[in-house]
Amino acid sequence: MAAGFKTVEPLEYYRRFLKENCRPDGRELGEFRTTTVNIGSISTADGSALVKLGNTTIVCGVKAEFAAPPLDAPDRGYVVPNVDLPPLCSSRFRTGPPGEEAQVASQFIADVIENSQIIKKEDLCISPGKLAWVLYCDLICLDYDGNILDACTFALLAALKNVQLPEVTINEETALAEVNLKKKSYLNVRTTPVATSFAVFDDTLLIVDPTGEEEHLSTGTLTIVMDEEGKLCCLHKPGGSGLTGAKLQDCMSRAVTRHKEVNKLLDEVIQSMKHK
Amino acid sequence: MEVAKRADARLSTDTRTESSPRSPVCSLRHFACEQNLLSRPDGSASFLQGDTSVLAGVYGPAEVKVSKEIFNKATLEVILRPKIGLPGVAEKSRERLIRNTCEAVVLGGLHPRTSITVVLQVVSDTGSLLACCLNAACMALVDAGVPMRALFCGVSCALDSDGNLVLDPTTKQEKEARAILTFALDSVEQKLLMSTTKGLYSDAELQQCLAAAQAASQHIFRFYRESLQRRYSKS
Repeated sequence: MAAGFKTVEPLEYYRRFLKENCRPDGRELGEFRTTTVNIGSISTADGSALVKLGNTTIVCGVKAEFAAPPLDAPDRGYVVPNVDLPPLCSSRFRTGPPGEEAQVASQFIADVIENSQIIKKEDLCISPGKLAWVLYCDLICLDYDGNILDACTFALLAALKNVQLPEVTINEETALAEVNLKKKSYLNVRTTPVATSFAVFDDTLLIVDPTGEEEHLSTGTLTIVMDEEGKLCCLHKPGGSGLTGAKLQDCMSRAVTRHKEVNKLLDEVIQSMKHK
Repeated sequence: MEVAKRADARLSTDTRTESSPRSPVCSLRHFACEQNLLSRPDGSASFLQGDTSVLAGVYGPAEVKVSKEIFNKATLEVILRPKIGLPGVAEKSRERLIRNTCEAVVLGGLHPRTSITVVLQVVSDTGSLLACCLNAACMALVDAGVPMRALFCGVSCALDSDGNLVLDPTTKQEKEARAILTFALDSVEQKLLMSTTKGLYSDAELQQCLAAAQAASQHIFRFYRESLQRRYSKS
């Protein structure tokens, strides 16, 4: 009976739950889904992380390669993110060149890296003007159930904390780079940007961490990326219903609590890695 | 063909009378708008903000491909062409922002199974490009007669390292700024429709920029109203 109603009138079905201040999966309006993170599982990558936010699954792999630094900034390296949404994760994606959703997500991650200064590009320089590291961060979605921006940001952060770069010296006689694979050091990850996404319903109600169905029914979305000092790296609201300043304030406070939760989880994971 | 009407509007808003290090002297650059300048699209507009200029054309409601049609509302499409080079990922991201903003105001339910296409061409870029694109898109949608529940406008502000606020920044001000925030606000209650930001800033600074943007949007909406009144009073 309920399944039939859900198919015919999905929005009405949803409103019945929202009236009781809860959602079909039993969560409160301000509750996140169970977050799990696993780092260092891909041995062929220099750093990797797998993040599950409920059903949404994102894998991030970081590979480091050599490149010549850009001409206008000879003391900097590169960080190149790429988000891939293959047909595997959801029936709405087709094979072929990246669709709009993937391009927007890639641009969002590139903006977060740029704005939060998570890695100082100067740290990636080996020899000014001649050699620098380029970090290719590939984020692949294995299961799309809404809220990929939060999961991608978390996966990127966890993977970058896991990256180990070998020591490189430039041999003066041959002018070639010598890589010492035995001596590896972790990257200096300076800040911890954490993303919190909200969906707007019927122009008034805000719910945290929308699932795929909720995103489809919502009239707007909002993503806030905050770092540990409470500074905002990104306020991404791509259109949708209008919000007042007061509602934004509520979202900010929720984002602050989410940052603490994520930070705690990440610290636990990294501690457990060190004990190995 | 409509006679081009330029509405001059140099506005300065002093939000505080006593000067203090944080009191912003907000002024928008001189802006002008021209409507119905292209013959092919159903609606067109050219919006100038200082030296930044964007040309917008709207086709719609028109035929839509079966794969893209939505059964109960119009399908909105936005195409943004940069001044030089091929459109890249950054353009796709901006198209998504503009499209979602338009979808929130356009009454798509009145034209189901149709498509409304907004084409934006960047003519010159000297700062605040996204805000100018939003304004041009709004004016073009009005010119095409697309039913909307509200008008919208784009406002850009830059925060420099001292915390001073500059509205409608030029390219030079954008480069030196610590953070650049672009908002789209609606005309009914000045609610925040769209926001995209670059750089680091605090929560208090966000509220300050939002308030300044809301004040500036009043001027832009007054300009829309005046230019439309002028246009329709002649004919």
